[in-house]
Amino acid sequence: MRKALVLALLSLAAVGLFAQPVSVEFWHSMGGKNGEITAAICEKFNASQSDFKVTAVFKGSYPDTMNAGIAAFRAGSPPAILQVFEVGTATMMAAKGAIKPVYQLMAEQGEKFDPKAYIPTITSYYSTAKGEMLSLPYNSSTAVFYYNKDAFRKAGLNPDKPPATWPELFEAARKLKSAGYEYGLTTNWISWIQLENFCAWHNIPYGTRSNGFEGFDTQFVINSELPVRHFTNIYNLSKEKVFVYGGRENKANSLFTSGQVPIHFESIGGYGNMKAACKFDFGVARLPYYPDVPGAPQNSCIGGASLWVMGKKSREEYKAVAKFFTFLSSPEIQALWHQQTGYLPITRAAYELTKKQGFYNENPGPEVAILQLLNKPPTPNSMGIRFGFMPQIREIIDEEWEAILADKKTPQQGLDDMVRRGNEKLREFERINK
Amino acid sequence: MAKQYEFSARGLPYLLVLPQMIVVFLFFFWPAAQAMWQSLFIQDAFGLSLTFVGMENYAKLFQDPLYLDSLVRSFVYAGFVALIAMSVALFLAVQANRRIRGALFYKTMLVWPYAVATLVAGVLWMFMFNPNIGVLSYLLFKRFGVEWNYLLNGSQAFLLVTLAASWKQISYNFVFFVAGLQNVPASLVEASAIDGAGPGKRFWRIVFPLLSPTTFYLLVMNLVYAFFETFPIIHQVTQGGPGQATTMLVYKVYRDGVFNLDLGSSSAQSVVLMALVISLTILQFRFVERRVTY
Repeated sequence: MRKALVLALLSLAAVGLFAQPVSVEFWHSMGGKNGEITAAICEKFNASQSDFKVTAVFKGSYPDTMNAGIAAFRAGSPPAILQVFEVGTATMMAAKGAIKPVYQLMAEQGEKFDPKAYIPTITSYYSTAKGEMLSLPYNSSTAVFYYNKDAFRKAGLNPDKPPATWPELFEAARKLKSAGYEYGLTTNWISWIQLENFCAWHNIPYGTRSNGFEGFDTQFVINSELPVRHFTNIYNLSKEKVFVYGGRENKANSLFTSGQVPIHFESIGGYGNMKAACKFDFGVARLPYYPDVPGAPQNSCIGGASLWVMGKKSREEYKAVAKFFTFLSSPEIQALWHQQTGYLPITRAAYELTKKQGFYNENPGPEVAILQLLNKPPTPNSMGIRFGFMPQIREIIDEEWEAILADKKTPQQGLDDMVRRGNEKLREFERINK
Repeated sequence: MAKQYEFSARGLPYLLVLPQMIVVFLFFFWPAAQAMWQSLFIQDAFGLSLTFVGMENYAKLFQDPLYLDSLVRSFVYAGFVALIAMSVALFLAVQANRRIRGALFYKTMLVWPYAVATLVAGVLWMFMFNPNIGVLSYLLFKRFGVEWNYLLNGSQAFLLVTLAASWKQISYNFVFFVAGLQNVPASLVEASAIDGAGPGKRFWRIVFPLLSPTTFYLLVMNLVYAFFETFPIIHQVTQGGPGQATTMLVYKVYRDGVFNLDLGSSSAQSVVLMALVISLTILQFRFVERRVTY
């Protein structure tokens, strides 16, 4: 008993002798394997120095984490770092005073920070129109298409030369159907892939005011000629039973992995799952484009989440966050993150390092995605989108898209209604965030 | 006359119900009051700007044809869920209550689905009825020539979530009906049998009226369940689609509040929902309860 007491006192004294590291929390939504890797990266950071300690805390799904962060902010004790999904960007950015922009943080802390080291299409999504980085990209992905090489061989198509343009792709899908496949083509994430990425890739605007980057007084313009033409084409294919709708979000995956549908549009973030689930030889190809569109293909845009630094923290805590962000951006950590999770590296150096390590010989898919992002320097049409209430707007797009496929509306009417209903949401958001 | 018990100390009864009252206040009244308060404002997610708008959030809801559609749809949905879940449960309970071999086994098996989490129930139904890989949709097409695609056919989607939500509630109802049936005095049933009443007449004239307190209780519970608790199923199976074919009030509250952080509107929606269910319950107590014989 006495011995224990002495020991306890001694250890207390020992702790007092050494300065406690500054401890900050990092709330995230990375479940499963990605969560383990996130925790491991924090451990590495903590082991690399003794002044700061970052603790990763899993808070559930993206909306759960964002709500937890907001509730904590309202209660006066937000975490230092909060992971927020890309469609929450406008909400976070509008919350001046609740957040600390990353470019400011790095400047205040005198941390060496070169925005040019990052892949521009990734950082632009989370930057102001002037290029000031507001949040640090964490897990980023982009849209590509996956194709079943075995099926291509069966249909007499060249498995090493996937279709590069939409007309070619539609033709291939028809051939696959004639070769005995139930359908030729399907897609996940209608809004993100077939509109957000589609517009960026063809360098046409999604909304006015540089897709909302220059202000909340923006309007949707997706009922223009090209999206209408694209939706009409897919609608026609669905009538021919060449295109099949698999449901919202990523519900169409099983159509591809089961071998039923040989062409599938999906995030590169799903590459690992595809490798695990597909019992056939598959390839990854960059997004197709309409060849008559001047300047196409441009570059695709990203999805995923970024790390926001919350306001009302002490100077030491900000120091810890700045050091952690520098650590996180280092080529070694980025290469590790990229190779183990399938998300894209945020710096060029990490890409070069991964390439040098020979990772892409075994995994050609992710490189396709990176090259697609790096295809051209981003324009105001392809930096990304910055619209408020984006989760609800994506839902409106899903609803109207389903109405088109179910013959309740023509593609033109459907896209017109997306614009009209979406603009109502934009006005509400603008009013709330005056 | 029932015997009255009295506490000697005046304050003791209040003290005894206090913990319960605290829980009710903290978890029911306080959030409800907050929702009512918030519904009068528009505000950003972080609460940095707060603008009083009075009844505007409500006015906007009732001017929105899509919201009104969803209102009607929710009533139809709740009605069907209660009807299906209760009638199937009653049928099964009556069957299981007979003197049959293995009655205990049936009863146990029929209670099991209640242990399935609502979200998991949604996953099960989604896989069975998935238009492309579902076992049952395959069967529907091969056997009956039904083109099953709830991803694009709104009526089919509505049917699917209604069935899934009902299925989940059958076990709960079953337990109560079995318990209720066991309280029906066998002598009454036997007497009516001797008087010449057939099985149908015995059930509708003797058993069913005696079950009415259980049935009434279950009606209230099932409607509340359908209005408030089935959103994991919708979230998993259809996410409100296709179009808005399965967007129920409670699901819209959840999407607008949690995903979209539109706090003013989602508060107003939850107040509307609360008012609806409260008035529905009052109506039931006023009108349906009169026909209940305790």
